[in-house]
Amino acid sequence: MTTVPVRVVPRGFGQTTRRDAWWAVPAVVFTILSAFVVYATWAAFEGQHYTYGPYLSPFYSPEVFGDSPHAWFGSKPSFVPAWLPFSPALLILPFPGLFRVTCYYYRGAYYKAFWADPPSCAVGEPRKGYRGEHSFPLVLQNIHRYFLFIALGFLLVLAHDVWKAMWFINPVTGQTSFGIGVGTIVLAINVVLLGLYALGCHTLRHVIGGKCDELKSDTRATAYHCVSCLNARHMVWAWCSLVSVAFADIYVRLCATGVWTDWRLL
Amino acid sequence: MARATFRIWRTSGTEGRFQDYSTEVSEGMVVLDAVHRIQAEQAPDLACRWNCKAGKCGSCSAEINGTPRLMCMTRLNELPMAEPVTVEPMRAFPPIRDLVSDVSWNFRVKPRIAKFAPRTPDAPDGTWRMAQRDIDRVQEFRKCIECFLCQDVCHVLRDHNLHEEFIGPRYLTYAAALEMHPLDTADREGALKKDFGIGYCNITKCCTKVCPERIHITDNAIIPLKERVVDRFYDPVSRLLRMFK
Repeated sequence: MTTVPVRVVPRGFGQTTRRDAWWAVPAVVFTILSAFVVYATWAAFEGQHYTYGPYLSPFYSPEVFGDSPHAWFGSKPSFVPAWLPFSPALLILPFPGLFRVTCYYYRGAYYKAFWADPPSCAVGEPRKGYRGEHSFPLVLQNIHRYFLFIALGFLLVLAHDVWKAMWFINPVTGQTSFGIGVGTIVLAINVVLLGLYALGCHTLRHVIGGKCDELKSDTRATAYHCVSCLNARHMVWAWCSLVSVAFADIYVRLCATGVWTDWRLL
Repeated sequence: MARATFRIWRTSGTEGRFQDYSTEVSEGMVVLDAVHRIQAEQAPDLACRWNCKAGKCGSCSAEINGTPRLMCMTRLNELPMAEPVTVEPMRAFPPIRDLVSDVSWNFRVKPRIAKFAPRTPDAPDGTWRMAQRDIDRVQEFRKCIECFLCQDVCHVLRDHNLHEEFIGPRYLTYAAALEMHPLDTADREGALKKDFGIGYCNITKCCTKVCPERIHITDNAIIPLKERVVDRFYDPVSRLLRMFK
């Protein structure tokens, strides 16, 4: 059979015959991620109003050095130069931040929304060259597994924060008593959503059983099955936990500044 | 019967352009039915590849309103019929004529992947023993009908033309089916990194979205393979642990 090669003109940036609103999802991703990055950066540098009673903002947890009663090792160490911007959050946020940046779901989402690589499926791209994650710099995304393990440690710390958020100090007597406030619920929901996100990570799925061709033990098979279940909704948990962690910080901040009142439920 | 307009990619010599055809459509019709009606009534020379009309042979892959789909599985009542329905060939492969693309590159890729190499039989009668849960993981990949819609939508092939460096989602899925098989002993991880270009995939999940068999190509095939490649070539701790095994 002889074939005549027919020329198909490569499509330019944004060109497509798609009829649907293909730009809507990347636009929403761009807006939400940009808003989160701007807010988180501001909140991290602000360095105040991150605690209220027993509550500690998740952006500042664990508070390694700081001025609040939640600090593990007291206030800012003397060896830190005065000219260097310091806030307890600056020591913390890079780790969960890089966990999300290197997350398989977010990678696909922000490659589309921020780099237009591609802008959306079957839509023309703005550039001709492409290296993907095959070479530097994006090959560094493979570091994701290390940030996963750090994020799992952070989950334990945040869960402990929820426990501490159940113990309120009476300002009159100075005695500590058990209680649950709206803030306790907010922090607890945040930990649950962060857990659903982190425990559904593709890398955790690999570590826990994906790397084996045979899941020989029942324990490993059950763990792999559970992580796979969470992984199937990884996108949902990624967004829910992103919103919840920002909201938890906003809640503590607004209570600390007196804008909102924290209602005690118990 | 209602009438609808189909804007179909036609070729003439080495050039191509869209041409509008108006035809009658009725309830239950799919795009392939409309193309066949246009072939019968107006354009007998319209080239179109098809076979089973049941979404199982993978022959009638095309781009309908810009989205890679099977013509036989795209019902007209799913499409906005007030506007012309565009039908064009897959853009990741060289067009031959009208709606027919030359997908032979795919058939040249497949033999490059190391074949299934089972371990020595488990039983004296030459048979093996496998757990159902281990087979379940790779069974999903065997649903593939090789329609190549995933290859078509993949921007690494479609927009960047890296056919020499990257084998595409279809063959990464094929490699995963072999690599994750409980009996297989062949090692494909080096080839996945160097020859098959798994690092070019940037996880846009477009392949998963267009798969007519609903295979979770990215989550269940490509990312697990990427993680195995990371274990082998990029993670110093994994390499260290392997030295002590």
